[in-house]
Amino acid sequence: MIEAIRSLGRWGLGIFERLGRGNLFLLRVLFSLGSLLVRPRLVVRELYSVGVLTFLIVFVSGLFVGMVLGLQGYVTLSKFGAEDSLGVVVALSLVRELGPVVTALLFAGRAGSALAAEIGLMKTTEQLSGMEMMAVDPVRRVVAPRFLAGVISMPLLAAIFSAVGVYGGMFVGVGLLGVDPGAYWSQMQAAVDLQADIYNGVIKSVVFGFVAVWIAVFEGYDATPTSEGVSRATTRTVVHTALAVLGLDFILTALMFGSPQ
Amino acid sequence: MTTRAIEILVGLFVAAGFVALFTLAMQVSNLSRLDTSDGYQVTAYFQNIGGLKVRAPVTVSGVTVGRVSRIRYDPKRYMAEVTMDIAPQHDYFSTDTSASIYTAGLLGEQYLALEPGAMPEVLQNGDIIEFTQSALVLEEIIGDLLVRMTTE
Repeated sequence: MIEAIRSLGRWGLGIFERLGRGNLFLLRVLFSLGSLLVRPRLVVRELYSVGVLTFLIVFVSGLFVGMVLGLQGYVTLSKFGAEDSLGVVVALSLVRELGPVVTALLFAGRAGSALAAEIGLMKTTEQLSGMEMMAVDPVRRVVAPRFLAGVISMPLLAAIFSAVGVYGGMFVGVGLLGVDPGAYWSQMQAAVDLQADIYNGVIKSVVFGFVAVWIAVFEGYDATPTSEGVSRATTRTVVHTALAVLGLDFILTALMFGSPQ
Repeated sequence: MTTRAIEILVGLFVAAGFVALFTLAMQVSNLSRLDTSDGYQVTAYFQNIGGLKVRAPVTVSGVTVGRVSRIRYDPKRYMAEVTMDIAPQHDYFSTDTSASIYTAGLLGEQYLALEPGAMPEVLQNGDIIEFTQSALVLEEIIGDLLVRMTTE
């Protein structure tokens, strides 16, 4: 009985310990971002592995999500004779929700897991300790460029996802199902607001990118230096990012769109 | 892969991202539509605004000339106060212009329609539109109809 309570306490303390370590680690990363101004090449290299390699999956997913939205939206809207509003449905759901959220989930699966595994393996093979021996701060040299690259590429990827999705929805709605292209675009432009919808979508994607890449680099840096530890860190990255993104999405949506008018 | 190739690909990626953002801003949103930011403001009081919303279009003969910028209840007049932004190039509305709230289509959004009058003076920033017609509320019409049917 006592042992059970003890292990419960250990478990609870462990959670808070990791949370605290994660936040202190974030502070260290943020303070070391300044050193990247001297060496922007490091960020470009990471932008390639984080952003460019994620581009294809985001592009294809965006296309198909837009096409599905076009099809589903058409089927439902045509019951009310409101097919002309298809553009509004597709654009608003992409810009407000699906763009940032689905991109963040894809980003966690494609880039976040790779980041965690890479940093975790560097730790396991003692490359990070080797850097410290040479008086190179691994947070500055390894973590900070990856962090910055993730924060930069997430909003760009989300914008690509939304833009491609709008054209995917147009392909199905206008091209295959016969919605009037003029109505598709003009109704969309009348309903989508630059400030309320697009800016808020971009803010969402920045926040999600920040959280996703923070979880990824922290899990990698904090991984137990064994092969099992690295695999656990990779799994945790994807799971925690998905939970954090979906939870934050509700909070952000309530803040941005919750109040009437 | 060489550094040069990586840099080119990153450049293409960042450019694609900004093109997508630009597309969203210009194509998808209402940025390219009427800009009322440096226009003038006019206020109108209504008994009932129905379902009029902030950002609803303000039209003349069906042409959009501005947007509703603020809706609040005026406790002194016991009326709804609707403030609208009108684009600067539309500065020719006479002071006896009337404002009405109509519905676009059977179930569409409500909008504010202006009907220019005949006075030589034009509306300025901060002016009040005196002649207004409230939104039609379906329940009131049905109630009115029932009363007439029973009295006949």
